[in-house]
Amino acid sequence: MLQYTIRRLLSIIPVMLVVSIIVFMIVHLTPGNPAYLILGEDSSAEAVQQLEEQLGLDQPIVVQFFDWVTNVFKGDLGESVYSSEPVLSIILDRIGPTFSVMLISMIFTLVIAIPIAIFVVWKRQTVLDPLFISASLLGASIPEFWFAMLLVLGLGVSIPIFPVAGYIPIAEGFLLWLHHLILPAFVLATVEIGLISRMLRDGMLEAVNQDYTKTARAKGIKESVVLMKHVFANALIPTTTVIGVTIAGLLGGTVIIETIFTIPGIGQLLIDSIHRRDYPVIQGVVLFIAVIYVVINLLVDLLYGLLDPRIRYD
Amino acid sequence: MLEIKNLKTYIDTENGTVKAVDDVSFQIKAGETICIVGESGSGKSVLAHSIMQLNPSPPAFHPEGEILFEGKNLLDVSEKELRRVRGNEISMIFQDPMSSLNPVFRVGDQLIEAIRSHEKVSKKAAKKRALELLTDVGIPDPERRLHDYPHQFSGGMRQRVLIAIALAGRPKVLIADEPTTALDVTIQAQILELMRSIQKKYGTAIILITHDLGVVAQIADRVLVMYSGRIVEKGSVSDIFYRSTMPYTWSLLRSLPRIDSDASNRLIPIQGQPSNLIDRPKGCHFQPRCPFATKACLEIDPSLTERGEGHWAACILSEEEFFNKKQEFEVNAQKGAVK
Repeated sequence: MLQYTIRRLLSIIPVMLVVSIIVFMIVHLTPGNPAYLILGEDSSAEAVQQLEEQLGLDQPIVVQFFDWVTNVFKGDLGESVYSSEPVLSIILDRIGPTFSVMLISMIFTLVIAIPIAIFVVWKRQTVLDPLFISASLLGASIPEFWFAMLLVLGLGVSIPIFPVAGYIPIAEGFLLWLHHLILPAFVLATVEIGLISRMLRDGMLEAVNQDYTKTARAKGIKESVVLMKHVFANALIPTTTVIGVTIAGLLGGTVIIETIFTIPGIGQLLIDSIHRRDYPVIQGVVLFIAVIYVVINLLVDLLYGLLDPRIRYD
Repeated sequence: MLEIKNLKTYIDTENGTVKAVDDVSFQIKAGETICIVGESGSGKSVLAHSIMQLNPSPPAFHPEGEILFEGKNLLDVSEKELRRVRGNEISMIFQDPMSSLNPVFRVGDQLIEAIRSHEKVSKKAAKKRALELLTDVGIPDPERRLHDYPHQFSGGMRQRVLIAIALAGRPKVLIADEPTTALDVTIQAQILELMRSIQKKYGTAIILITHDLGVVAQIADRVLVMYSGRIVEKGSVSDIFYRSTMPYTWSLLRSLPRIDSDASNRLIPIQGQPSNLIDRPKGCHFQPRCPFATKACLEIDPSLTERGEGHWAACILSEEEFFNKKQEFEVNAQKGAVK
């Protein structure tokens, strides 16, 4: 298990290398000149050239890339060309809000999706099942930006229960923090609820007809126990994959949600940096998201071993 | 103790209603072993599942019949009462031990769950009883095995665990649905031996579903032969093996090798396919495959008639007619073999 974990962690390196090449290329091949943007519209050509030299932008792109990669390996993501702060500390400053949204929306997802799936499987012979399929499809395909605005209009403006925007750090009060997170987290959760509850239902319906479920029923235990224990535990294994992908997907979803709810997180940082052509920050953020993605996938793989005793890591 | 009366189990499908069990009656006494034999698709498994009410319903339903256990009709009792019967009064083991244990829970936990579902005992007492049960079914080193997962057991050992689970509630009837089909021959014999010793020890009545006539000869007190959802012959082991008066039973036996027959006697498979349970043949259901069928068989759907003490068969041929036809058939078969 330890060996497997180390092997998997080492395999992150080539993945990161490929990710960084792609990110670097995309960022540098998009039109727009950071020096020009920093200095303003009516700057002189000499001043722009001077700043470019200062930022190393006059170097050939390959040289720029190797400089960047060597620094990344040393733990140095560079400095923002906009604020001159180290990229790493900018990212770390913004993690809190993003992780808060992700955490709350994951809690929403699990707390809502799991009971729904169990209930639907319990009532699988009724009209509830086709209704659920439609509803989960709807949930999974709702555009986040539209649903977010709808909720803001409904629960933020018409009936002002929740704040329409902003973020309060948890240090300033847990309830205040939670109150500001409910709407954005719920919007993010709707898609995931649709996906995960559907996966769980499918997995449970498959397990419901397995021989071991028959054995459990033949023992004379309650149908609810059969479903919640025997069937659920088996359906959880395929669902975990989706939950892993979902957590990673939430990170992407926060880009839109943070912009709509003006939450100062990673997503907003990414958007702002793109507008400013702040190359080091864009590269750093995308690399950071990629690392999280890979690490979550690793955690999911390790979780399998706990959920399914048949899986061995050697 | 357990009496099945005119039981019908039908299953709704897209192609029509499958009459999987069609008017079946029999009873079983304490300590008795009844074997239900028949081809695949003859309805024997559905019958077994019906007794435990384990057929998914819908689509399965019972348009008629009673399953009387100690005077109570299991088709009428509440879900709660049914749960009390399951695993406690009547237990069941299934065909495939490889898939009948939940792969994600420890064997001991699955066994303890069965114990605690019917007796309010402490975890510690349940564990002690689980150890006894595992010892009873012949699992070596039960203390350690309790903590293992199903995939760490062989097929034979898993079937032993399943038998232990089935015995957890000290049932009066044990239904075994082809318990040895998925196991190799030496393990089959061990499992049958185990079932027999359990029966001796606890006086459990056993209903054994099988298509293996060798198993029947070894273990049965009485035999029910099923075809097309019905019982076509029932009687003692010797009634069925030596005095069968039903062409289907005879054909089944004829398709098996016998150690005492000479080599020139060829095995004769039963021609054709088991009857379609949705749209069944006219007259006798076995008539399209029956080597002795006459015109009358197309018209008459024979019911069970008594052929001897406790020996019933469903065929329009009398014992004598059947015997003559059989002789004729054997002679022809001999000629064919010589050619």
